[in-house]
Amino acid sequence: MPGTTGRKPGDESGGEEWILKLYVAGQTQNSLAAFANLKKICEDHLQGQYRIEVIDLVKNPQLAKGDQIVAVPTLIRKLPTPVKKIIGNLSNTEKVLVGLDLRKVA
Amino acid sequence: MEFIARGILDHREPGVFIAFEEKIEDLRKNFLSLGFDLDGMVKKKQLVLDHIFIERSEIEETGEYDLEGLFIRLGSAIDAVGAKRIAIDTLEALFSGFSNQSILRAELRRLFRWLKDRGITAVVTGERGDTRITRYGLEEYVADCVITLDHRVANQIATRRLRIVKYRGSPHGTDEYPFLISGEGISVLPITSLSLDHQAPVERISSGIPRLDTMLGGKGYFRGSSILISGAAGTGKTSLAAASVDAACRRGERCLVMLFEESKSQFIRNMGSIGMDLERWVEKGLLRFSATRPTAYSLEMHLAMILKMLRDFRPDVMVIDPISNLYPVGDDIQVRSVLMRLIDHAKTEGITGFFTSLTHDPGSSAYGLEPTAMHVSSLMDTWLILKNVEGNGERNRAFSIIKSRGMAHSNQLREFVLSDTGIDLVDIYPGSGGVLFGSARIAQEIREKAAKGAREEEIGRQKRDLERKRKIMEAEIEAIRERFAREEEEAGIQIGQGVGREELLDEDRQEMSRSRRADE
Repeated sequence: MPGTTGRKPGDESGGEEWILKLYVAGQTQNSLAAFANLKKICEDHLQGQYRIEVIDLVKNPQLAKGDQIVAVPTLIRKLPTPVKKIIGNLSNTEKVLVGLDLRKVA
Repeated sequence: MEFIARGILDHREPGVFIAFEEKIEDLRKNFLSLGFDLDGMVKKKQLVLDHIFIERSEIEETGEYDLEGLFIRLGSAIDAVGAKRIAIDTLEALFSGFSNQSILRAELRRLFRWLKDRGITAVVTGERGDTRITRYGLEEYVADCVITLDHRVANQIATRRLRIVKYRGSPHGTDEYPFLISGEGISVLPITSLSLDHQAPVERISSGIPRLDTMLGGKGYFRGSSILISGAAGTGKTSLAAASVDAACRRGERCLVMLFEESKSQFIRNMGSIGMDLERWVEKGLLRFSATRPTAYSLEMHLAMILKMLRDFRPDVMVIDPISNLYPVGDDIQVRSVLMRLIDHAKTEGITGFFTSLTHDPGSSAYGLEPTAMHVSSLMDTWLILKNVEGNGERNRAFSIIKSRGMAHSNQLREFVLSDTGIDLVDIYPGSGGVLFGSARIAQEIREKAAKGAREEEIGRQKRDLERKRKIMEAEIEAIRERFAREEEEAGIQIGQGVGREELLDEDRQEMSRSRRADE
């Protein structure tokens, strides 16, 4: 059953829940694309062992400071540590996987 | 930072300073040493200091992106204080963090347009490139003004210079201007005021030496003029300048003396030995000194420091002793340029400037005109010259005025005598063997005095002679008169007697005739 412990096929989460923060600036094309791409990748590789938090800097500009966000969209992997940072609309799946340190299932 | 801080301090315009490379704590400390209290400004909500950290290691770029995050951060900082000025140091940090050059360039263009639209003046720093002005070609996006800074070492002396490369919409100076970073921020040497439209001064001030005032058209120097005092070593140039300082302080005016050879206490002591008490003016705050080794700084730095002192102290008289010591620090052209700017500033402010210069006695000729090595004499209104005169086994000093614009001045050579009562300009003697100085002069004076005395005696003697003769003559006349008087008397008596006898005879005759008649 999804959501329970134990490895499932396509699950590379390593057993812990991933926390991902996606910083966007309003509902731009890039933002929407990034979110869609991120969802897909997470579904494919993390199978539910994840939590996506979307932060709109237009609504909350002060949050840009904390994670030092300059480019948008930026994806930050908070957990598992170490923190990883990826910028762009995540259309290049290869690079996203490398950036998030997600191995492809052989 | 100077731009932002001055905006806050002088123009009440809040500002934002974005640092990509320095931490805020470092900024605070560094700028405190320049006299800027960033902390205070932040607290008063006049300044936002923000540090944006760009990771140097390549961040995975996974598709299209823009730098809206940056815009948002800048925007919130600007809005927080209502900033009209922003400084970004250094924008090139973005280039090392993001590898997609085309996105970067597009965003930079957008950034500057965005700032411009909001009416914000932005100062951006970038590193110098090898072939272009900046390493990453930032200058293409910076619309309006580009300034390059340079730190050069020449003759073992380091100078910072800046140059305005372009400035749209306004004419600008295209030369390099040296600038100075000191305890009060940045100061650039003012060059713009090199027009020659000063008002010609008419007021005269005393030189401190009455005889010299007489030689200078009877009244002394023009206030605000430039006076060059050149001479060989030990001729007393400094004393001449100091005399004017003393005179000025007596009038209650402020004087600034810049020494490149002696220390302040040496100067005061030396002038004390010729009867000038300068210490009291120092105590009264009318006299200020600055003594530095000329090789300690570059020429521009010297100029900047002097101008700063002039602005702070606002003296009426300034002395630079000697300007010839600036020579090893720069070449002919540079020294002349520095002096020109200095004199220009002094004239504009009405400061009378005294400049001493060491020159060398040419061979044995005592009266040949000496060219000043720096050709600065043309910058000066008045040129006084002191020479050593050797002769008769001793050295004396000759003084003369080579030129003094705007007044009738004496062309006579005088002997320059220093004593413990001060400076004296004494007449020299043009004798048959040439002019005489020193003890030869004194000897001549004695001789002339003696000769004069002898002549006077001669005249006296002649007068006495005449007097004697007159007395003799008068005595003789007296004697003749007396003799005559006696003769007169005698003759008078005799005449009287004669007359008496005649009368008697007459009477007898009459008697006789009467008696004769009686018989008939």
